[in-house]
Amino acid sequence: MEGFTGILLILLSSILVNNFVLSRILGICPFLGVSKRVETAVGMGFAVTFVMALASVICWIVQKAILDPLNIGYMQTIAFILVIAALVQLVEMALQKMVPSLYQALGIYLPLITTNCAVLGVAILNIDEGYNLIQTLVNGIGGALGFMLAIVLFAGIRERLELARIPEPLKDFPIALISAGLMSLAFLGFQGIV
Amino acid sequence: MNKKKTRPLAILKNGLLDENPTFRLLLGMCPTLAITTAAINGIGMGLAATFVLVGSNVFVSLLRNFIPPKVRIPAFVVIIAAFVTIVQLVLKAYVPALDKALGLFIPLIVVNCIIIARSEAFAYKNSVGASFLDGIGIGIGFTIALVLVASIREILGNGTIFGASLFGENFAPALGMVMPAGGFITLGLLIGLINKVVSVRQKKKGAH
Repeated sequence: MEGFTGILLILLSSILVNNFVLSRILGICPFLGVSKRVETAVGMGFAVTFVMALASVICWIVQKAILDPLNIGYMQTIAFILVIAALVQLVEMALQKMVPSLYQALGIYLPLITTNCAVLGVAILNIDEGYNLIQTLVNGIGGALGFMLAIVLFAGIRERLELARIPEPLKDFPIALISAGLMSLAFLGFQGIV
Repeated sequence: MNKKKTRPLAILKNGLLDENPTFRLLLGMCPTLAITTAAINGIGMGLAATFVLVGSNVFVSLLRNFIPPKVRIPAFVVIIAAFVTIVQLVLKAYVPALDKALGLFIPLIVVNCIIIARSEAFAYKNSVGASFLDGIGIGIGFTIALVLVASIREILGNGTIFGASLFGENFAPALGMVMPAGGFITLGLLIGLINKVVSVRQKKKGAH
């Protein structure tokens, strides 16, 4: 698992095999909430990629540079959620100043990322798995790309579902959950790759 | 204290039925889907979330006159994170098996939208007693939903309930039910069923 192959394995497994949404079941709220249109799904995907990669790295540094030396590992949850909340706020301000067009496009999705459990999830997983800094970064980016893949595909399905005739009680949310289930079954096919 | 909403029983019932977090408000989906592979996990997660919910509701309510509206969300998050840390440490010390089964999803209670939604929608505006009851009601509603989903999945996917075998040795369990896909599909069908029941009942009320 050394060097380049190791990195590639982490990337592949976090995008396909252990897809955050469909096999680890993280980040379901935005997955179900922001997937009615393909365009908004792409926007959310980019915003999450950005924050997740940054959050992975910064949380890893916080753990190794502050929590471990001071022996206050039990503060992990509080520290990480504060880091992520602050990070989202910073990213929001930076984008607003520097790339207003992207800021406009992402709109309300940026602040929502704080409560995306995939972001906190990946930060904690990186520590639990004992990854080094580069592996952490790769895992963060891979996880986010996996999220983007899942949400964009799902949005495509939901756009078509709107045209279908669905029994009244199953409309909207229940049918979305069932479609997600079928998607998750399809993703099981990647299980043997890594 | 002017409306009937502050009656203790009404608050409890509200969390259990009318605003059941999983089936009616559709909040907190991640743990509902992820840990409901066995009924016992459902109880564990439900009780852990209830504890955090009651604790954070009471604290937010106590401090509601001191927290400035502008920084209320970060303040809620810190209060919730503190209670989650308590749960994490207690489970690790006394119920290590459950801690292992729930794994990552214990720290992730912090970002469970049910809890922050109750801080924002209820505890920040209501008295300590009412917030306490609201926490209990919503928490138990969440627990019941988790156990219901988990029981269905455990029975079909493993042939057991709370670990006890149901059908004898010849039963071939549908493994898919305990995989993530089974979670999505079970919850989707359950919510559909409940929507149906609610709409039928409302029609009956309308006819009277």
